[in-house]
This record gives sequence, C-alpha cells and structure tokens, in this order.
Amino acid sequence: MTRDIDVAVLRDTVARLIVEANYNIPADILGALRTAIAREESPLGLRTLEQLVRNYEVAAAERLPVCQDSGVAVVFLEIGQDVHWVGGSLQAAIHAGIRAGTKDGYLRRSVTGDPTRRLKMAWEPASPDDRPYDVGVVHTEIVPGSGVRLTVASKGFGAENMSAMRMLVPADGVPGIIETVVETVERAGANACPPMIVGVGIGGTFEVSALLAKKAALRDLTIRSVRPDLAELESTLLDRVNALGIGPQGLGGRVTALSVNIEVLPTHIAGLPVAVNLGCHSTRRMTVDL
Amino acid sequence: MTNLFHLDWREGIREREAATLAAGDSVELTARVLTLRDASAARLAQAIERRESLPVSLDGQIMYAVGPSPAKPGQIIGSAGPTTTERIGRYLPALFLAGVRAVIGKGELHGHDMAAFTEGGAIYFAAIGGLGALLAKQIASATVIAYDDLGPEALYALDLVAFPAVVIIDRAGRNFHETARAAWRLP
Repeated sequence: MTRDIDVAVLRDTVARLIVEANYNIPADILGALRTAIAREESPLGLRTLEQLVRNYEVAAAERLPVCQDSGVAVVFLEIGQDVHWVGGSLQAAIHAGIRAGTKDGYLRRSVTGDPTRRLKMAWEPASPDDRPYDVGVVHTEIVPGSGVRLTVASKGFGAENMSAMRMLVPADGVPGIIETVVETVERAGANACPPMIVGVGIGGTFEVSALLAKKAALRDLTIRSVRPDLAELESTLLDRVNALGIGPQGLGGRVTALSVNIEVLPTHIAGLPVAVNLGCHSTRRMTVDL
Repeated sequence: MTNLFHLDWREGIREREAATLAAGDSVELTARVLTLRDASAARLAQAIERRESLPVSLDGQIMYAVGPSPAKPGQIIGSAGPTTTERIGRYLPALFLAGVRAVIGKGELHGHDMAAFTEGGAIYFAAIGGLGALLAKQIASATVIAYDDLGPEALYALDLVAFPAVVIIDRAGRNFHETARAAWRLP
C-alpha cells in the first residue's frame, strides 16, 4: 500500500519548522545550559551562561531569532519506502519552504548561491520558471514503512568552520579518536561559540563519517550511545574537552562542551575515518513526523 | 569578578580610559560604531590599499563584526550578536592603517591577527556569540551608510547603548583568551 503525500505539505512544514527552530532553542539544550550554570566555577563563565539562558527565554517569549546567524538549513528526511510524493518536485518544495520560512520569520539570508565568485544572486526566483539556487542542504534516507520523519536544523558557521575530519588508520585506534576530538575542540576555542556540542562520526567512508558527525551533533543531548563502551567514550571525551579550560565563550571555565555525541558505522579494514562536527550552544533543530 | 567599566564613548574613544582597560575587564559600551563583515571588510581594505576614497572616515572608529538579521516591524534592528573576528583578520592591518582603533567581535585572535592589534594600538572586545536577541536591545539606532547591495553585510552605523563586552586584547598586548584558558586548564 503506497501513501501519497503532497509536497506542499512538506514545503509548509519546512517553513514552519525553520522559524520555530530559530525562535525556540531545544528543551534539552536549554536544560543542559541550566545544568552547566550549577557546575560552572568561573565568574565570567557563569555570567555568560546566565545571559545565554536569558537570551533564549527572551527570544522564545518575543518570537525573535536566537542568533542573527540563522545558518544553513540542513534538512534530514527519513522517507518510508511506501511513500509516494505528489504535486511537484520534492527538492524544489524543500527549498521553497526554506525561502518562505526565512522570509516570514525575519531570518537572515545566510546562504550565497556562488561559493567561489561570491556573485550577487537573487535569493528568490524572479519568475515561476526560474531555477533558483539551493538555499539549504538536504539529506534523504529510505526506511521501511510509510512514515516520514522530517528534521530541520539551522547550522551556524562559527562552529561549522572549526569542524575537522581525519582519515586515521586502524593502528591509531581509540587513542587516535580521542586525540582528534580534543585537538579539534582545542583549536576551535572561542570561535565555535562554547559551550559547544561535539558531534563525532566514526567509520563509513570519507563523506559518511562527516554526515555521521552532523547527525551526532544534532542528537538530543539527553540520549547517550546505546553501546556501553561508546557511551563511556562520550563521557571520557566530555571530561577531556572540559579539562581544556576554554569555558563559555572562551572566557575560561569548566564548561567548554555540553555534550560529546558519537555515531559509528562499519568501515574498511584499512581505515578509521573520524569526523568532528562542532555545534555552537545554539544548535537549532526540530523534528516532526508527517 | 573582574572590573566593570561603563564607557561613554559617544564623542569617540576616550584615550585615558582606553589605556587603563585590561584584558579580562568587562565593559558596557555606549558609542557609535560601524559594522564589519567579510564582504564589507574586503571592500574597505581594497579601497584603503588602492588609496581610494572611503564611504566613511575610519579615523578613530570602533568597528563591530556583525551581520544582523532583518528587523521585524517596530524593531530597530533584528538579532545582532557578534560574528567571528578571525575571518576578517587579513583585512585588519589595512583597517588599522585607516585609523580604526577598536574592534568588537567574537572568538580568538592569535599570531598575525594579534600582532595587528598590538602594532595598530587597537583594543579587541569580545561580545557573547549567540546572544543576538538580547544584544539587539542595546542598539538604539541602525543606519546603512554604504554597500547597501551587500544586504546583511552592508556597512551600518549603529548606536550602542550599554553594550556588554569583555576586553580580550588590551593596549599592553595581553590576550585574555590565552590567559583565561591557561588559568582554568586542568592537568
């Protein structure tokens, strides 16, 4: 039995989510910031955390973007294999949704159409026949069933710019993974807008490790890896990066990261790809089922 | 807690106050500033290097690295927190040559970028990244004065009122991000 879904529903949902995600920080991140306030010993770090929580409360109450960098919209779609899209192009509907949400929500147009020449390009298509440039990135995955799970994230580039990827070898092992994560956070420092969220993708291939790292960075902070050894590694890595002393906004302190999240996949017997995707304290995301 | 200074620099940077500011001091700054972004900084630096006329004098100016979101109806400016200063690092020597004496941004500056500040006698203030909704309330006016075609990267003049920031690089060449990290680092 196939299930028909009109792409207009997807477009409108993307538009709604991108606005709501930019006005409302996820409850788990707000909770982690409140826990961090109880833990932070540095006076400047503590004051910074308190101001961040206040910013999120004000943004939600007054319906304002939590940050001027509404980032690149990163859209994840888990599509049941029995779903049939009707009413037009799936990709076009997603980008139309991002455009509409960005406009209606007074979000900054933070995506350039031309990364090398930085040409000034029209964000909106001039006519219905125009093929406008993509204003976000889309990841689709086919899963069993007839459901659709949609996640819209707004990824700011302060933290994205400080992310890193290394092709380690098997001999590097877990110590190599730890070194990669700690060095990435140490180099990022204040630039990644700490307290940061550290997404670690291990395995797969070159490109898959980076995608795993993104998924890890967008994972709910209250969820730990289901594998006990990896959950322990997440905890070890969190302690190690918090020992760096970077603290909130690099002003010194105990809380450099709110969480280290690890996602893994099988890889080649000759390899150990490790990607570290950093998220700022304002890693905005929202998920709904269609 | 470190010192808190209320800086009234509406008539320009007060040299005696500027000289006493130390890395790690907290300030609430009231001043007119010019905005700075990747695209606008590139244009300004190119004009300075080619000895072309600038759309506004940078002599004695304070620049704030920010690309605001659009203002909602009734707002002076949309969310307006700082952006990463390091990205415009290569333009700093030209901007300092043209007279810029202070930069507000976020994130770390080391090596050449740090040297540009000490050689230019400039102060680096960091505001809190991701505080855009609150910081917008400390901006009393926003006017585009050049490069309107750059959208959020246009050159704005902003009137800041009691705008909170921390001194990162002071006139003595101290870097608070470096000392703070070392002080809180665990073995």
